Amino acid sequence: MVDFSLWDIVRNLLLALRWTVSLSLIAFVGGGLVGLLLLMLRLGKLPGMQTLVAAYVQVFQGIPLLVQLFLAYYGLGLFGINTSPWVAAGVGLTLYTSAFLTEIWRGCVAAIPRGQWEASQSLALNFIEQLRYIILPQAVRIAIPPTVGFLVQVIKGTALASVIGFMELTKVGKTIANATFSPFLVFSCVALMYFLLCYPVSLYAKSLERKMKVAR
Amino acid sequence: MRIQLDFLAVLSEWPLLLTGIGWTLLLTLAAVLVGTTLAVGCAWVRARGFGAALAPAWLRHLVAGYVELIRNTPFIVQLFFIFFGLPAAGVRLSAETASFIAMVINLGAYATEIIRAGLEATPKGQHEAAESLALDRRQIFLHVVLPPALRKVWPSLVSQIIIVMLGSSVCGQISTPELTYAADLIHSRNFRSFEAFIVVGLLYLALAIGVRHVLNWAGPRLLFGGR
Repeated sequence: MVDFSLWDIVRNLLLALRWTVSLSLIAFVGGGLVGLLLLMLRLGKLPGMQTLVAAYVQVFQGIPLLVQLFLAYYGLGLFGINTSPWVAAGVGLTLYTSAFLTEIWRGCVAAIPRGQWEASQSLALNFIEQLRYIILPQAVRIAIPPTVGFLVQVIKGTALASVIGFMELTKVGKTIANATFSPFLVFSCVALMYFLLCYPVSLYAKSLERKMKVAR
Repeated sequence: MRIQLDFLAVLSEWPLLLTGIGWTLLLTLAAVLVGTTLAVGCAWVRARGFGAALAPAWLRHLVAGYVELIRNTPFIVQLFFIFFGLPAAGVRLSAETASFIAMVINLGAYATEIIRAGLEATPKGQHEAAESLALDRRQIFLHVVLPPALRKVWPSLVSQIIIVMLGSSVCGQISTPELTYAADLIHSRNFRSFEAFIVVGLLYLALAIGVRHVLNWAGPRLLFGGR
């Protein structure tokens, strides 16, 4: 049997951390884009769209992320798409993230006083211009702290991708724990790495929130 | 390519699904009862501003560390640490016990922050009025400060309880016989994986909506008397 030193364990976990970070970024950016699209649909005046987006949010918030990942994993395969864990995890986490971000941002837009919409309408701006020049610049300011806070949820969510065979921090940790027979040490290291990744983001979100309160 | 879905093959395994639902609800109920109690204690330690709570500094730091540690690590890692890690340190737990402990610890940390926000929103006058009635610190906390605080944060608490219930799907990974584990078993019996997870997903959705309604109804009536 090959001997694992503490450094071997930490080094392999650090290498795996790359994939946790990459997957988080993919899900966050992808989810942000899809979320923005959904937000537009929800704010627009197309009939039925509001209900549809609300249902989308309810479904993705009411089904466990793990089950969503399984559905993406087996579902994409069913449609003849060759599912690597990368694709399944990317798609699953993107949809999950988009549902939450849409809901967060909808709240931020709702916080903009009605008068702003009416004033921009009376200036004969069309819907896109109203959003682009009047509403979104104000909403973005309110939206940044909770969005950064949600990034922590996304990072923690990527841990579930380990279950469909994605070799990220948790999966590699489990593999090393099985190889070294020292699960206590290995899972402590894994937890510590997640903590070191998430805690600064949490602190940053909290400080943004505090600044926001002062600015008001 | 033609896709054929066979939901009957999944639904005919209904005893497994029912057992899964039962375990999911049982774990959630147990975690809510114990976890919220733990959270009330921790929130009392952490809260500032309503005069009554002045816990020693070391205890405050301990609770702060617990809350931050849990809130910044994934639930699945916490679960693996308890189930796979602790036996190496001499603590051997069944899958069900490990799941229960993980859920309690997880909900406890999140609920601490939620309840603390409620405690800190207590107006100073309430506390002073209670003191002038010669209530002691325990009475003030339990009868004057806590009930309105819980009522204020009840919607957030319910959301967090739903999140923990959905999070319990991970417990199947250490073979706790909850709902997602049932889906795993069904798909290993008849290879109807997509259908199995669709059915289980819809069941979770129904559970989430149902539990939210029950808690929204029961909370104000049972917990803090009247509306």
